[in-house]
Amino acid sequence: MNSATRAAHDPSRTSHYVTDALYRDVVAWFTDWQREDRAVTDAAARDTFRRLVEREARLLDNDLLEEWAAMLAPECIYWIPASANGGDPRREITITFDDRRRLEDRIYRLRTGYAWSQKPKSRTVRLVGNVEAFICRHDPQARMLRSNVLISEFRGFETRCLAGWCAHRLRERAGGWEITVRQLNLIDCDRNLRNPSVIL
Amino acid sequence: MLEKIRTAPAPIVRPNAAYDYDELVQEDRVHQLIYTDPAIFTAEMTHVFGATWVYLAHESQIPKPDDFFTTRLGLRPIIMVRDAQGQVRALFNRCTHRGTTLCRLERGSARMFRCPYHGWAFLNSGKLQTVPWRDGYACDFDDPKFNVAQVPRVESYRGFIFGTLNMAAMPLTDYLGPISGPIDEWLDRHPGGRVVIREANRLMYRGNWKLAYDNSSDGYHVIFSHRSLLETENRLAEEGDKGMSFYKGRPDDAPMYVAYMGNGHHFKDKRPNIEKRPGALWEIEGAAPGTEHVEGELRRKLGARALEALDLCASEPVNINVFPNLSILGNHIQVIEPLSVDTTNTTWYGTAVVDEAGIWGDAIHDINALRMRTQEQFPNFGEVDDLANFEEIQRGLAAQEDEWVYMHRGLGVPGRIRVADNGVITAPATDEVFMREYIKEWRRLMRTPPQLSIRREP
Repeated sequence: MNSATRAAHDPSRTSHYVTDALYRDVVAWFTDWQREDRAVTDAAARDTFRRLVEREARLLDNDLLEEWAAMLAPECIYWIPASANGGDPRREITITFDDRRRLEDRIYRLRTGYAWSQKPKSRTVRLVGNVEAFICRHDPQARMLRSNVLISEFRGFETRCLAGWCAHRLRERAGGWEITVRQLNLIDCDRNLRNPSVIL
Repeated sequence: MLEKIRTAPAPIVRPNAAYDYDELVQEDRVHQLIYTDPAIFTAEMTHVFGATWVYLAHESQIPKPDDFFTTRLGLRPIIMVRDAQGQVRALFNRCTHRGTTLCRLERGSARMFRCPYHGWAFLNSGKLQTVPWRDGYACDFDDPKFNVAQVPRVESYRGFIFGTLNMAAMPLTDYLGPISGPIDEWLDRHPGGRVVIREANRLMYRGNWKLAYDNSSDGYHVIFSHRSLLETENRLAEEGDKGMSFYKGRPDDAPMYVAYMGNGHHFKDKRPNIEKRPGALWEIEGAAPGTEHVEGELRRKLGARALEALDLCASEPVNINVFPNLSILGNHIQVIEPLSVDTTNTTWYGTAVVDEAGIWGDAIHDINALRMRTQEQFPNFGEVDDLANFEEIQRGLAAQEDEWVYMHRGLGVPGRIRVADNGVITAPATDEVFMREYIKEWRRLMRTPPQLSIRREP
């Protein structure tokens, strides 16, 4: 790949990786994956993954969105299904199915100063817990995490709670782990949501 | 069997009997009470969401016999069902015994609805089928009064299913009138002239339902309310002409226009801003996940026909608003659902292209996958800011001594507004004439005592 082609395929600027194959993989990775026989039991490994989701929560709560986005792979997916079983994003609308560029759009919009739904900004605190890790059955090098999330969001005059569970797909990068797909399953994902404008 | 309903003329809880709607709705402004008063909201649930045709469902939500989908007509819980004979019915989701809702699922398939409370079971035609231990009753259960109540008139226009409780309402096609033109054009850009619903972006705001209907042809707010979206969708664009960029400068000088189409319907037509040629729509579509990949695939698979396919992935630049609760916006079918005087759902159903004739081959999957992603943009990056502004209107209106809300842009400006022979009123894109006209229709309905009926199977 020459430098011009590489620039043309910069996932922050163009979207070449959201292919039928990627959709197929994502749907397969996120189906039937929470299996006891593939659970990670090593305490040090489990601690690594717990620290990863805790760091993510801290960065999002502190509005360090660019740092948070750097935890995701360049070719990442940020997915909030609109149906309780996750659904198939090829065939149906989701709340959010962002690739890298749209995720950066999301952050850019919040930074314009004209995103009225975030003026004033929400203040959030996230509780993340029940972190479990599993070895991906499609790729033994990849890990899947399940964690529960409770987001308390104060904006304007009131505090509300958004509850859900998060599924991360991770792969190793330079001795650490990067997030390739982050799926947030809100428990009320198929009900009407008020002002879903922060990064959840 | 028809039952006329004894509707109290607007159940007004205020001491001063009834409102003077001529006072509340004036030529250039409306009183804040029409957005804030719970008594007016209660009256709307019969005068508007009862006495007019109200959008209930899309036929793709109940494609086969026995399919059902639960929704509301105003606040009335409704089971939309295609019965065993294929007839579409809007059943009141209410057991005739004790009033319990019969069905608590969002959708599914059922020949019968059995009340979870005492086990009364009804066919999906609404007819009472079984009552446990019938020998404990002296009554005649063949009396139709025990069959589930249903909306007496349910009609479909090209897949859009509407219902009314008003037997005197004009036929649905007359009610739609000129707005059926844009609906036809919107449908006919798709193969076979139809779409199917595929899930939804579901949003809610703390504000009156009319704030959404006031907004949905408003070309004045775009550059201000959606500034973050306009900046975002053009951040990487060389020409800076993506999405709604045609609002930049003076939108009134652009060829787009707003129209009042009668019976409360209004329409904002942005298509004249765009050249009539394959690919013109696609050129201004903002970036979505998969854009470059799918464009490459379609060009490879379809050659010269690719542009036409890409236009199906792009948002159709229309706002078609059917009073009181249906808005066809881009590729979405948006439904406005009033929940209380200051709480409203806006549900943006996504639509997919159906290709029964197989004209697109396996490219149809690329088209629809990208179409899902393009549709997700506006609810995420645009609608949230409008809803924040609607909530701030509702909050501002708590300053009750400052009574008036204005909708007079364009009023009295010579040469701005045109009336066609068929009564359609058109004006430049930022004009509020559509608001003034639809609210007059609202006023007419609110002044008219509603004559409502329900029906039961004989």
